[in-house]
Amino acid sequence: MPVQETNHISYQRSFYIEGGNFNYAGIVSTSIKSILKQMDFPSNVVRKCSIVCYESEINVVSYARKGVVNLTINSNTIQIEVIDEGPGIPNIDLAMQEGYSTATQKIREMGFGAGMGLHNIESYSDAFIISSELGKGTRLLMTINIKQ
Amino acid sequence: MNLETIVKELGLEVKCASENLKNDVTGGYTGDLLSDVMANSHEGNIWITRQVHQNIVAVASLKDHAGIILINSCEPTQDTLAKASQEKIPIMVSNLHAFELTGKIYNLLEKKD
Repeated sequence: MPVQETNHISYQRSFYIEGGNFNYAGIVSTSIKSILKQMDFPSNVVRKCSIVCYESEINVVSYARKGVVNLTINSNTIQIEVIDEGPGIPNIDLAMQEGYSTATQKIREMGFGAGMGLHNIESYSDAFIISSELGKGTRLLMTINIKQ
Repeated sequence: MNLETIVKELGLEVKCASENLKNDVTGGYTGDLLSDVMANSHEGNIWITRQVHQNIVAVASLKDHAGIILINSCEPTQDTLAKASQEKIPIMVSNLHAFELTGKIYNLLEKKD
């Protein structure tokens, strides 16, 4: 009988993000990065996770009331799931286009909201799923392969 | 080349984390859009920007930058300094504008080879 490949969960942790508070923006990504570094993942894996996590975190802070980040480490992949309670995205195809942004002037002045976030998340994930419901919120699921 | 040499050569004002000036500089990135810096800069880079708010520290820390240089004599906010000291990310200030500062640092880094 052939041996079936398994993808066991070895680590799971959730983090909370407060919407609208730029003072703490990046804190979840920084924590996740240090966990992954401590676990000795290759630097390109840590780099990809840091980018996708940071961009998602900034999106929650910029647009949503609050959000949760679920980090799941399996034997083959690292999954970062970000679920927010917020306005949702009316047109996902449009939002995915590089340069498209609905950011306020205040957010843009800080150097965010250039319409690169979702595009970067997609480029640096090995698999990416996005779903959104208007008036409820958005869910992102980013998967990074441990063996690149 | 380490940060200390760049500080001396260009007369930069060191605002915090001066204990980390031995950090090796592998190259540089100039930009004010945080997503652009996040996606395209590399570990060990010196980041040249005119953004002064505390979110620059998270980006520099996540990307393992050697340090941040603020252009046009821009002053970092108190929150930025506190966070950068905690994260041990040196912040330096130059009176030059981005084009001139980038060119000078590029030449310094090229010369070392």
